[in-house]
Amino acid sequence: MSYGMFAAMRAVFSRELLVFWRRSTEIMTALVFFIMVTTLFPLAIGPERHELMLVAPGVLWVGALLATTLSLNHLFASDYQDGSLEQLLMSPYPLSALVLSKIAAHWVLTGLPLALLSPLLAIQMALPMKAVGTLVGSLLLGTPILSLIGAVPAALTLGVRGGGVLVSLLVLPLYTPVLIFGAEAVAASAGQGFASVAHLSLLGAFLALALSFAPWASSAALRVSLD
Amino acid sequence: MSPAGPFTVKGLSCVRGDKILFAGLSFELGAGEALHIRGPNGLGKTTLLRALCGLSRPTRGDIRWGGIKVSDLAEEYTADVAYVGHLNGVQGELTASENLKMADRIFGRGVRVASGVKDALARVGLTGLSDRPARYLSQGQKRRLALARLLVLRRPFWILDEPFTALDAASVLRLSSLIGEHTSAGGLALIVSHQAFDLPGVRDFELARFCKVRA
Repeated sequence: MSYGMFAAMRAVFSRELLVFWRRSTEIMTALVFFIMVTTLFPLAIGPERHELMLVAPGVLWVGALLATTLSLNHLFASDYQDGSLEQLLMSPYPLSALVLSKIAAHWVLTGLPLALLSPLLAIQMALPMKAVGTLVGSLLLGTPILSLIGAVPAALTLGVRGGGVLVSLLVLPLYTPVLIFGAEAVAASAGQGFASVAHLSLLGAFLALALSFAPWASSAALRVSLD
Repeated sequence: MSPAGPFTVKGLSCVRGDKILFAGLSFELGAGEALHIRGPNGLGKTTLLRALCGLSRPTRGDIRWGGIKVSDLAEEYTADVAYVGHLNGVQGELTASENLKMADRIFGRGVRVASGVKDALARVGLTGLSDRPARYLSQGQKRRLALARLLVLRRPFWILDEPFTALDAASVLRLSSLIGEHTSAGGLALIVSHQAFDLPGVRDFELARFCKVRA
């Protein structure tokens, strides 16, 4: 049974990757949005290195946060419309395990590229080189939390008119702790505060918490939405 | 296919909002039997099917599979049920055969040979279209692809909501003979349809008998 469950989880994961690969504009929108938003700041603030450096951690993290929020709609919406979500609910395996696979695929396609792209944008924001590693690390720890937490409101608002905006309104308050510790970690290693390790550890703790609760909560939300 | 059923429903009621859709609904379906549920639009046929396959909770009543409550069986029950609803559950980005292969890997119990997929496509008449992305298929072809999933999954209990919509005359015949093969192999089938179809031994079930008279 459990072997079958892992096979099903792997199958859901690879199906998600395949579907989104063929619908690549949706991944690209989130990435391009991240690039655009973070590019606007140097243009608006001016090329003053010191000023840019001060806001860099916050800007990069807010950009990543908004880009993830933008992509949350794709997590369940099209599966809901074509009925494959309904079928997923009738799988012989625990729904939360399959939902975890979907979230993992979502992260690989949005959070991971964001984290890998961030060093380039960090240079643009005049972030010191010593903080770039922490930026990537904090995003690698933080973006999976964003995908996990975001899955809950994404599942709850299925079939609701104007669900897209509602998801952002519901999810952004939940994202604030991640934003605070993520941006603080980067600021700390840029030399504006305490050591970044403490913040990164807290992000790790958040990730563990989100991993244990989000798949379960979003599968419960899915059952409610499809009832 | 393992020995299946019987499927028994006793005293089932569904309330949506403040409206009682149906109450005191009971029937029994044994291995090899098919039931054709009929009734005018808006009576709650889809609600009934969704309650029977576990997608929504009925307000009251007792649903048993093989003598055990389906709420206690949970995933063991869903592992025996194949549901084709109004929505096809076909992903437009995947080709016809990819859709079936993925369904087999996600919902099936163990890996089957690729010929199972090929065979299922042939039996619904989609052989030449196996490599076409499902979004380029017509409504009727998508419907046939959804029905091919039944053949790939090989589950004993089929729950079909208007399976004949968008199907052409030849496909209607083909589907009713597929349901016939399924029941004669010991499977169970529950069909909601407005369309008359030719299936030996199918029992009719008027849902209106369990509904309050409405204005």
